[in-house]
Amino acid sequence: MNPLSMLDRKIVRDLVRLWAQSLAVALVMACGVMTLILALGAARALDDTRTAFYDRTRFGEIFASATRAPESIKAAISAIDGVSAVATRIVNPVIIDITGMAEPATGMLISIPDHGDPAVNRLYLRSGRLPEPGRDNEATVIEAFAEAHGFRPGDTFDVLINGRKRSLSISGIVLSPEYVYAIGPGDMVPDQKRFGVIHMHRSVLDGAYDMKGAFNDVSLTLSRYADRKDVIARLDRLLEPHGGTGAYGRKEHVSDAFLDTELSQLRAMTQVIPPIFLFIAAFLINMILSRLIALEREQIGLLKAVGYTNAAITWHYAKLTLAISLVGITIGAVAGTRLGHGMASLYGEFYSFPFLVFSQKPDLYVISTLVTFAAALAGAANAIHGAVQLPPAVAMRPPAPTRYRNLFNASAGGFRLPFSQLTVMALRHLVRWPLRTALTTLGTALPVALLITSLFAFDSVEHMIDTIWFQADRQDATLTFASDRSGDAIREVSRLPGVMAAEPFRATAATLRNGHRSRNIQILASDPVTDVSRVLDREFAAIALPPAGILLTERLARHLELMAGDQVDTELHDGQGRRVLVPLVGVTNSYVGLNANMSRQALDRLSGRGGLISGARVIVDESRLDDLYAEVKQTPAIASVALQGISRQRFRAVIEENIGISITIYVTLAVIITFGVIYNSARIQLSERARELTSLRVFGFTSGEVSSVLMTELGVMVILAQPLGWLIGHTFSVLVAQGFATDLFRIPLIINPSTYAVSSLIVLSGALVSALIVRRRIDRLDLIRVLKTRD
Amino acid sequence: MEPEPASKTSAIFEITGVTKIYQTGEVEVRALNGVELKLQRGEMAVLLGPSGSGKSTLLNIIGGLDRPTSGSVKFKGEELAAASDRELTLYRRNHVGFVFQFYNLIPSLTAWENVALITEVATSPMSPADALALVGLENRMHHFPAQLSGGEQQRVAIARAIAKRPEVLLCDEPTGALDSATGIIVLEALARVNAETGATTAIITHNAGIRKIAHRVYSFLDGRIASCVVNEVRIQPSEVSW
Repeated sequence: MNPLSMLDRKIVRDLVRLWAQSLAVALVMACGVMTLILALGAARALDDTRTAFYDRTRFGEIFASATRAPESIKAAISAIDGVSAVATRIVNPVIIDITGMAEPATGMLISIPDHGDPAVNRLYLRSGRLPEPGRDNEATVIEAFAEAHGFRPGDTFDVLINGRKRSLSISGIVLSPEYVYAIGPGDMVPDQKRFGVIHMHRSVLDGAYDMKGAFNDVSLTLSRYADRKDVIARLDRLLEPHGGTGAYGRKEHVSDAFLDTELSQLRAMTQVIPPIFLFIAAFLINMILSRLIALEREQIGLLKAVGYTNAAITWHYAKLTLAISLVGITIGAVAGTRLGHGMASLYGEFYSFPFLVFSQKPDLYVISTLVTFAAALAGAANAIHGAVQLPPAVAMRPPAPTRYRNLFNASAGGFRLPFSQLTVMALRHLVRWPLRTALTTLGTALPVALLITSLFAFDSVEHMIDTIWFQADRQDATLTFASDRSGDAIREVSRLPGVMAAEPFRATAATLRNGHRSRNIQILASDPVTDVSRVLDREFAAIALPPAGILLTERLARHLELMAGDQVDTELHDGQGRRVLVPLVGVTNSYVGLNANMSRQALDRLSGRGGLISGARVIVDESRLDDLYAEVKQTPAIASVALQGISRQRFRAVIEENIGISITIYVTLAVIITFGVIYNSARIQLSERARELTSLRVFGFTSGEVSSVLMTELGVMVILAQPLGWLIGHTFSVLVAQGFATDLFRIPLIINPSTYAVSSLIVLSGALVSALIVRRRIDRLDLIRVLKTRD
Repeated sequence: MEPEPASKTSAIFEITGVTKIYQTGEVEVRALNGVELKLQRGEMAVLLGPSGSGKSTLLNIIGGLDRPTSGSVKFKGEELAAASDRELTLYRRNHVGFVFQFYNLIPSLTAWENVALITEVATSPMSPADALALVGLENRMHHFPAQLSGGEQQRVAIARAIAKRPEVLLCDEPTGALDSATGIIVLEALARVNAETGATTAIITHNAGIRKIAHRVYSFLDGRIASCVVNEVRIQPSEVSW
């Protein structure tokens, strides 16, 4: 017994016969399925892991710091309505001295209770153990830092704690929910070697920082129905007298904000890229099936004549569509799953989770399958509908000859278009099927757009690097003091080895408000005219800081709904708690963070305490860098050091690696779409016009001349697709740049002409190769067979 | 009508010992089996015979669309059997006009443009308008094939074939798809073209009535020429009984 019905056998044979075209469509579908599984799976993995990890470690929901708050107010904090747990801590930046590493690393030294787990922000132990009571030199370090240095429990390293060098012994290696994305001061991307997080017993830090009975950092978890805003307001009031710098929620927590950015990028990818592929796949299915049905018109008539129902014929072609889709779904699912694992391990490098399982729940595959089937059937519907509509007697007769319009008329009197008849043939065919021409053009434009959208990141990053490190923050290092010092300290900095120039700055935490809108930021104040670190205006020109008033970055001004000339309600968190209206004198440009700048004299006046500086930005003689590093490691007054030069190199390396990966993916995707669209388009044209083209060969036209008809048609569509692709690509890029803009950083929209050119070249090459594959078939046209048959 | 063309002594085609064997799967089909034939310059020849007798195969070989399995096909003394694809293409382009049963017009080009398609690449063509006038279609020049009747379409095909002033005009069942009245109009066009341009014309047909318009009639049977009859008296196409 043969399990296949005759019609099913026909499907199998059709698939074998149409394998190349079917595969081209299946690959386009596979790209859609792959990106869907990849992006959706990765987003879920990240989201689920984050939720699970935060729950397990009781990650805080509200965070605040102060200069020195008495432990006694902890009770008052706990009593705030909606607060479920409170952890007070001592948190300070430190300089870490690693044997064999010239440059100093920076770290955050955080206290943990001497006994038991913290109520908030628990540690996840990866190896070893937490410090034992009484062992004052024991500490845990975060895993990324430990791995970067090959640290194991029992290893030691030196830290400069409040001016005293101490040798710490690693008792255990941990993960912290606060440092899933661990980024050091002044860095744009994590640098595991140069940034570490160290946890030690509270009693040890009490002593080291003279903070007995006091804390400078607090984290809270909330009950389910807590009013966040209210909690923040009450907490701020409690901490205000003790140098509170303004409480904030998870959304403003750097590590979590980076995770959020990644998640929103993944979700955007889910919403944009798979639909592009599925749309193109649907269109290709429509094109192929329409042609197949046109060729099988008489067979359909015959089937109907012998009693097959419309439903049976519909189901027959639907099954063919589903069979092609199934191939695409299978390839896409396998590729998506494999790439998903790759993505998960890539995330493993950036995000410190105890586990990151790429979600492979069956529903992901069910969703992908259903969406793909739906898209394919939508594409097929119109073609199948046309087939079943014909009465059998009509279907068995050949279709009426195609009527053309008398356009591009080479014989028209007067004005004569310089087209040969071969060109006229090609152009009239394009105009005869306007929808198909338009969709093929769009289908070729989309890979151009996709490439521009992925390649423009190169241009933007180059521009960012130039702006951030060569126009704005041109210092080699930023030294931050343990606490504000008198302005004379700049002279000491200038005397440090290798320092060629030093510019002082003062940083003060502040809350800026405008009505109900507010932001906790740092006001950075420097001399009115600076050369090392400069503030840029919207045209990227360096500007002098005005003697009064404040400058805000564009994004911050927009967030606060403020324009130049408005008054900014400014509250300084310097222990004085002054709240004054400061005029917004200008809007500045920055790609990183939310910045507020003032001149030092303006901030001095505002705070009522003049002449203080928080640190210095320095230019260093490169040949003496090691001397400076060695000195910084010995200088108690310097709490942290940000090395801009190394940050820049690290940023470039990480971004280039990421861009490299994404470009490989996008170029592959673009080539697959181009091949799918052009190859199918050419095959269908060849099938429709086999008779015409063979006739031309018979009349003595060479293969080259005959293919020129096909090539002209494809060429016109591919050329038209370029400007359309540039336009769509530009629009996508605008959306991407807007979508990726966060309070942490934003990507400038810079698209160099070469990006348009490269994108077009890739697609043009892909189109040319696809067309040439089909062109070879023209050489093999059977000149005799076609003359004996009717159309 | 004249019994013989003017240059009756010079053969434009000399075909000797031509066989053609098609290998279709495991079956060997001997389409031509030792054909000997000379076509004279300017003559009108009719190749008559039932389906499968080999006449189309021979026409395809003469037209440079196919090569014989063995034997020799000489066009003006040049061997076609050994010509490359490129040489055959040029041969078709420069010397041969084709007319087929199903017209093979380009549907996206008007009558004028279908003719111009060929004249654009020919070395010394007549104008498309003149070619169309020769077949009586001067008033239908700017119609598309879909707007023309079958007979009109076939006349466009003839105009296209002759516009390049070919030395050979090969017609494969030119009236096969037409009714008798239309068929006669097409034959008249062919006879007129033969007379006015002097193109050697070979017409394949299985319609025996047509044979009397030719100078010479070759009858095919089982891949061979069974007989060759010279018409001492040719009739006008209008006298053909269908």
